[in-house]
Amino acid sequence: MKPITPKPSPRRFHQASWDEPVIFELSQPGQRGVLLPPVETGIEQEVGNPAQVLPDTLRRTVPPALPEMSQIHVMRHYARISQENLGVDLNIDIGQGTCTMKYSPKINDQLARTPKLTELHPLQDDSTVQGILEVMHRLEGMLTEISGMDRFSLQPGAGSAAIYANICMIRAYHASRGESKQRDEVITTIFSHPSNAAAAKVAGYKVITLYPDADGYPDFEALKAAVSERTAALLITNPEDTGIFNPRIEEFVKIVHANGGLCSYDQANANGILGITRAREAGFDVCQFNLHKTFSTPHGSGGPGAGASGVTEKLIPFLPVPTTEFDGQKYYLDYNHPQSIGKVRPFYGVTPNILRAYAWIMSLGADGLREVAEIAVLNNNYLMKKVLEIRGASAPYAKGKRRIEQVRYSWEQLTQETGVHSEEIEIRVTDFGMHYWTSHHPFVVPEPMTLEPTESYSRADLDEYVTMLKQISAEAYTNPEIIKTAPHNSTVHHTHHEPFDNPDEWAVTWRAYRRKTGQKKV
Amino acid sequence: MTAKKPVYPYIPNSVPDVKAEMLRTVGALSMDELYADIPANLRFKGKLNLPDRLHSEAELIRHVDGLLNKNRSTRETLSFLGAGCYQHQVPAVCDEINSRGEFLTAYAGDPYEDHGRFQALFEYESMMAELLSMDVVNVPNYDGFQASATALCMAARITGRTIVLLPVNIGADKLSKVKEYLEPNIAIERIPFDPKSGLLDLAALKTLINPQIAAVYFENPSYLGLLETQADKISAAAHSAGALSVVSVDPLSLGVIRPPVEYGADIVCGDIQTLGIHMHYGGGNGGFIASNDEPKTVMEFPSRLFGVAPTVVEGEYGFGDVAYERTSFALREEGKEWVGTAAALWGITAGVYLALMGPKGMVEIGEGIMQRCRYAMKKIAAIPDLKVTFGNTPHFTEFVVNFDEAGKTAVAVNQALLERDIFGGKDLSAEFPALGQSILFCVSEVQSQADIDRLVAVLKEVVK
Repeated sequence: MKPITPKPSPRRFHQASWDEPVIFELSQPGQRGVLLPPVETGIEQEVGNPAQVLPDTLRRTVPPALPEMSQIHVMRHYARISQENLGVDLNIDIGQGTCTMKYSPKINDQLARTPKLTELHPLQDDSTVQGILEVMHRLEGMLTEISGMDRFSLQPGAGSAAIYANICMIRAYHASRGESKQRDEVITTIFSHPSNAAAAKVAGYKVITLYPDADGYPDFEALKAAVSERTAALLITNPEDTGIFNPRIEEFVKIVHANGGLCSYDQANANGILGITRAREAGFDVCQFNLHKTFSTPHGSGGPGAGASGVTEKLIPFLPVPTTEFDGQKYYLDYNHPQSIGKVRPFYGVTPNILRAYAWIMSLGADGLREVAEIAVLNNNYLMKKVLEIRGASAPYAKGKRRIEQVRYSWEQLTQETGVHSEEIEIRVTDFGMHYWTSHHPFVVPEPMTLEPTESYSRADLDEYVTMLKQISAEAYTNPEIIKTAPHNSTVHHTHHEPFDNPDEWAVTWRAYRRKTGQKKV
Repeated sequence: MTAKKPVYPYIPNSVPDVKAEMLRTVGALSMDELYADIPANLRFKGKLNLPDRLHSEAELIRHVDGLLNKNRSTRETLSFLGAGCYQHQVPAVCDEINSRGEFLTAYAGDPYEDHGRFQALFEYESMMAELLSMDVVNVPNYDGFQASATALCMAARITGRTIVLLPVNIGADKLSKVKEYLEPNIAIERIPFDPKSGLLDLAALKTLINPQIAAVYFENPSYLGLLETQADKISAAAHSAGALSVVSVDPLSLGVIRPPVEYGADIVCGDIQTLGIHMHYGGGNGGFIASNDEPKTVMEFPSRLFGVAPTVVEGEYGFGDVAYERTSFALREEGKEWVGTAAALWGITAGVYLALMGPKGMVEIGEGIMQRCRYAMKKIAAIPDLKVTFGNTPHFTEFVVNFDEAGKTAVAVNQALLERDIFGGKDLSAEFPALGQSILFCVSEVQSQADIDRLVAVLKEVVK
């Protein structure tokens, strides 16, 4: 036997393509996927069937037209479509910049599946939930150390919810000082996550957005012009989505403080600065972490994540209730905070992710967290060096400067020279079993691509990703058609997008699709 | 033994030689050089004060078990707690699917490499739509609280009005969230309930309704467990003044209870925790919002809406975002509220649950819960000095028991139950002082007749 030829790079990928029907098409009347505990005859004799004697207003007469399936068919259907999805477990997931797609350790998933957590009811007596309360209390302590803040709430459901909770606390703080009417403006930057602007608007604020100066830093002169006695807060990310650390951040904070405003640090992207720099040292009043980003909890196809809102002393009274306290003997939930903003979600937070984040920190320790940050930054700068060697790619702003944990690149030159757009490359990337993301809107960086390699990926992983980008760049210059007609190796092919924006055609559900395409009800 | 550089299984490039070579590649002498832009005075000095690292999985398991084993779960102790978080049978397939790395570790890929999650969430929307008899359902937002708050904001934007009517009998926590969320733009007025039936006071509603009202919101079942038998009249009252009817439901009840659209609801919302998601100490929530397919309404959803469309290949389903230009991803503060990471995995899970249950399962679970609940009510009402409040009104899974005549406080009763290894219900005495010393008990398909009989026997003994 001759030796088998070594694998080429990039790999020859083809995604699973099961040609799987929509689940309603799998229905076989009479089948059942799961059974229920039967109602005892003793109960039936005593009460009959109350659902059958409901008044007409309330009694459902036609059962919902759900699919009828045996268990194996439900399992198989979902197993198949799960194979048509790429998570961190499958791909070199460095293409979703700003989202910190790191490895989520399996042991933490296993720990979170214990019935000692999953089967707890949130209103059980504190004496029966000492374990989870201790985990919450300990994680809060760890996050205060990592950020330098004085207290945290683990209640927000994810990052944007934590941003919103922070704005609510800021609003309550100003109200407590009789300044809520006067302070009706919030300042943010275009390279901070859009939720800063959007959540501030929901909280009733006028939003002022700062654009970058020529070097890519948020424009300090623009801030000086914007800040006033009307400023409630500055909501800012650092490093911003460009991966550029704003070295004047302290001045930004100071000028807002001098005008009586508060400063909120969006630390969704804290991965490159763990143990390196903290919200406290830069003078921030509040901050937030996304446990599903920096602290490794899985992203769940779009949640549940978990958010953590951190505050300095003067904002503690406004934290959501309850807080988790320890009296030296036992842990308990404390609702006695009369100035609290109240609830931001039901109960106490996304506990499985609270546990996972706690376990992750416990398995790394202080040195490990610093190693996370350093390798995330090293990986990013290594990747940047390699990407900038690719024809048509650039990293706008701050030429020659290092980046922290991510880079917003531009294919502007490639687009000008070949007519191929970043959004087309994004689709072509799929053909190699990978993913990349362009940028939030608006595209301030033209033809953007945002990569964040985190600490989870090896040098060989980064090299493979770069090889793929290099090949696509070469295609753009020699055979752009292959990019324009992508995807070729995906589960599906080019999708006609027009219906998604046409109210006569869009179909958010199967029943709407059947109706709009003139088919009978299922 | 010499001190070795630690190895980190989660950090491949922490291998010292690799690290050194990569530093050379980027032209840096040290890591510090990569942090050159962070001013010295902002640099954290020293080492974070965190617990020592647990090196191995064995140590981590031992440590975490040591903590969590202090918990007593509802697997070990009979529980009658509800009030916004519910114990139900969670089919193993639900956990199997939501544990698959392909779904669990994915995030924000586009429909070409994440066809699977787009299909699974489209199917979730579609199955919810059958349950609700409505054509539009969102990709889940955070939770039922958020769903209620957003549904009310949508109603205000659609009608261009700024007052909403909320019943007095909604949970204090949900009210807190909704109030905070609506505060900048929308005023809340409250609809009282009839102290005898527990149902909304229709006469009062009619005096409150006027052309400034954006929405009349109610819950079915209500926070106190009642089914609102005047639902059609409430919607009609809302519509009479051009307001929308916004209804929050437990989706698990909809095998037997009419979908709200049939009694006039314009926007329906709620929490999907009851559909195959463990309680997680209150951490297993996902919110849904549903409406008819009116463009004016659809354009007010903040959430992602996944839709189906043809591809260039015959017989292939493609998926994508419907009307993406509404969202804060597209428009920042000019979008509708905001969208972000929320509860997609729970949406996929709820879809699995509905497919496993099918129409017959949903009817059966609804009937079974109502039977068990009614049985518990009847047995408890027969205990001398105990009163089941609003006992003549239909209930779904929860009911209120009053202990005033027995001369017991809710705290004392729950404590006595706990001492007998039963988690009692939610103490309502602080939340609804008008109900006196009362407890909200919850009974579902997981409690057997023997379990209920045990509760009844213990209650009898406690109030003797």
